Amino acid sequence: MTYAYYPGCSLEGTAGDYNESTQAVCRALGVPLKEVPDWVCCGTTPAHETNQLLVTSLGVKNLASARSVSDKVVVPCAACYNRLKSANYEISHDKALKAKALNAAEVSYDGDAQVLHVIELLVREIGLEKLKAAVKKPLKGLAVASYYGCLLVRPERIMKFDDAEDPQTMDQVVAAVGGDVVDWPGKVDCCGASAAIPHTETVLKQVNQILTDAKACGADVVAVACPLCQNNLDLRQLDIRKKIGKDHNIPILYITQLVGLALGLSASELALQKLVVDATPVLKAKGVL
Amino acid sequence: MARIGVFVCHCGENIARTVNCAKVAEEAAKMPGVVYALDYKYMCSDPGQEIILKAIKEHRLTSVVVAACSPHMHEKTFRGTASRGGLNPYMCEQANIREHCSWVHESIPEGTDKAIDIVRTLVAKVMRDQPLDVIKVPVTKRCMVIGGGIAGIQAALDVAAAGYEVVLVERQASIGGHMSQLSETFPTLDCSQCILTPRMVEVAQHPKIKLYTFSEVEAVSGYVGNFKVKIRRKARYVKEEVCIRCGLCTQKCPAKKIPNEFNCGLDNRTAIHVPFPQAVPNIPRIDRENCTWFQKGKCGVCKKICPVNAVDYEMEDKIVEEDIGAIVVATGYELYDIAGNDPNGLYSGYGEYGKGKYADVIDGLQFERLASASGPTGGEIRRPSDGKEPKTIAFLACIGSRDNQKGISFCSNICCMYLAKHAMLYEHKVHGGKGYIFYMDIRSGGKSYDEFVRRAVEEDHVCYVRGRVSKVYKRGDKIVLRGTDTLLGRPIELEADMVVLATAVTPSPGVEKLAQMLGIPYDKYKFLSEAHPKLRPVETVTAGIYLAGCCQGPKDIPLTVAQASGAASKVLALLSRSELEREPTVAKVDETTCVACWCCYEVCPYNAIEKKEIRDRKGNLIKMVANVNRGLCQGCGLCAATCRSGSIDLAGFNDEQLMAEIEALAQVR
Repeated sequence: MTYAYYPGCSLEGTAGDYNESTQAVCRALGVPLKEVPDWVCCGTTPAHETNQLLVTSLGVKNLASARSVSDKVVVPCAACYNRLKSANYEISHDKALKAKALNAAEVSYDGDAQVLHVIELLVREIGLEKLKAAVKKPLKGLAVASYYGCLLVRPERIMKFDDAEDPQTMDQVVAAVGGDVVDWPGKVDCCGASAAIPHTETVLKQVNQILTDAKACGADVVAVACPLCQNNLDLRQLDIRKKIGKDHNIPILYITQLVGLALGLSASELALQKLVVDATPVLKAKGVL
Repeated sequence: MARIGVFVCHCGENIARTVNCAKVAEEAAKMPGVVYALDYKYMCSDPGQEIILKAIKEHRLTSVVVAACSPHMHEKTFRGTASRGGLNPYMCEQANIREHCSWVHESIPEGTDKAIDIVRTLVAKVMRDQPLDVIKVPVTKRCMVIGGGIAGIQAALDVAAAGYEVVLVERQASIGGHMSQLSETFPTLDCSQCILTPRMVEVAQHPKIKLYTFSEVEAVSGYVGNFKVKIRRKARYVKEEVCIRCGLCTQKCPAKKIPNEFNCGLDNRTAIHVPFPQAVPNIPRIDRENCTWFQKGKCGVCKKICPVNAVDYEMEDKIVEEDIGAIVVATGYELYDIAGNDPNGLYSGYGEYGKGKYADVIDGLQFERLASASGPTGGEIRRPSDGKEPKTIAFLACIGSRDNQKGISFCSNICCMYLAKHAMLYEHKVHGGKGYIFYMDIRSGGKSYDEFVRRAVEEDHVCYVRGRVSKVYKRGDKIVLRGTDTLLGRPIELEADMVVLATAVTPSPGVEKLAQMLGIPYDKYKFLSEAHPKLRPVETVTAGIYLAGCCQGPKDIPLTVAQASGAASKVLALLSRSELEREPTVAKVDETTCVACWCCYEVCPYNAIEKKEIRDRKGNLIKMVANVNRGLCQGCGLCAATCRSGSIDLAGFNDEQLMAEIEALAQVR
């Protein structure tokens, strides 16, 4: 079946590598994606903090468009995923808001588009068995710490993604493609994204702790599924070196990039060159690249 | 000719604030049939009742309407007054002008008008009231106790001590409940088994107690004083009356790798097993699911080795029936399994504590087994993963309890005390060991309880940290806890060798099925509901059924025992009566017009409709009619409303009375 694909703004900008690797993996697995026609902002941070009607309207507008393609929409960005899933939740729990939002967005939609994260696509739609069978170069010996962050798993009652405190879904993907799963405490810690502008020190402190934990537990790389997490964990390592004096030098890869490597895709197809902390040395050392 | 008296109560300010009571009395006096009307500040008080008594005498009243609070509150009181005045108590009606009127209206004119209407309807009804006599029913002088933990044991012994027969039904193979698993008990640190086992033995040996272990209540019918109970005696595959308790079968059973429930999975047991050495009765049973004979049709070692031929693979469940007068429910609790989500979606799990993932993260009952002399380590504190003696243990309070986010908002009541005890026992047993207790606040309200906690802090130097732990993970063979010390106001990290979680107390699984069978309500957590939270704490709303122990809410041993004795005293009050009185407001069938369509039979929720044959003198069947069992009928009126030929009337609420009420209410002012 064809899945509707909602990239969102990050994947068209800073997270171009996430976009390219997601599409490459889906191509390799024979999963057709069709971009949601005329998609608009998902409504995260600016809207959902200030205007409930606006954010729900943006959600239903995107979901109604997605529905015209398929009843399942794949969303790689954790923030977009959270927002669209919340929009479904909001209209199913508040009839008055639903009527207003549909009116404002000038669409008809009944909450019947299923919102799927890329990880859910891999685990629940394609299936781990099929994924395992498609692996050409298993990530043998590569210790991967799966970092879920907050938006993928919380709030639990809406997201219903996995256990919000000890999620396993991404670890299952890592195991399926042959990587070594790292049991570590930082899985759902906050990367500090919301404090990025007002209080950068907090972000550095958070990221420093997360990376320290990952390395202490033996991780070679960290797998992420959110452009904001990737940005913070990857980009902030420079500042941490300068201001805290700790050199982590640990590559932060999108889960789709790791899956792509196992499927035998090339570094350029997966846009590995866009990462700030170069992943090539460790991947080469482990024989993955 | 009816001579009706109307008495209007002010209920202090409760009614008088929005109802002009004097005006109501004045209007009532003008109503047909009313010969006397009066208002008074507190009609239920002694002087208030005196007024009614005097009026009955002086004005030769034939019936009485008291306009006051809800009949739920004082119908009994005022019917008693009428009775003392020489009237039939059912000639007294109560008009509810408080809950139905004064409390829900704001202005006096509105409230007063409505109160007058309400009084008028009751005056119309009381005029058509007939004297009724209470129904007397016999009492079966036997009590059933469901659950053989400390609550059930105490209730059974108390009732039996008074000379009445008790049937004690326990789901597990032995009585003793969770108390038999505990090591020492707070606040005196006396050994749990030492104080419990004599009572277990007493139960087994008591001539008045009939013990059914490994049995479950299958069906309950009947009513207070006259219950009929079906009990399923599950097959043990060992003949109780033949077994000589030699223990050969349990020694030789080759299926030895089955997690031992009594030790909370900390060691293994055999398929044919006695739950624990002090079990009562001390008779083995075969765990069918794990027995090689039952699963593969091979083995048979226990049967071969048994010197008295007590093993019987062909044994089947048996159903026994018992006649019972009163029932005590004492089904106890289980600890909330935080490793997974509740199958009913009521609670969600706690992935952050690593329960189920790390062997050294255990719950409170598991620690009890570690600390117990009869436990898997013989009372030495050894951690489950590698048997090493832990140098640091972190105890975490309120895991699952008091957390709305995860679905449980109640306090589990026992954890503060047992964690203090755990830490204390640990420091007594492991010299140089350090115990940390992470808590929200300390609830030690019982007698000598706070002193006990202070002793843990001051004498045993248990380190109390106020704050929640946010995550638990492994670093080498240590368990690392991260959390906050809210007194110091800073995040902390602690390396421990073992973690004990004080998980929430939840009702025994399946208790709601039993509650539905018994017709007693339960709350959203499935704790059984008492009739009144303060004044009727051991009764249920269903007459003849009482509660004891944790099935009603989390509680410790002293409270459980007190409640069990309370329930027993209620049972004794019931059983000591020669007959019971029941409300006469029950349905009655007019046999001349009944056409035996059985619509009433279909709708009756209490199985009170019987099919009765009417025969002539020679014994020939003339016709069938419906008949109401007056002991079972609860007077709900469903049959009366359903009856197609209008043959059923409800005493005290017959069609004529209800129509008169409606007509009075519909009168144009």
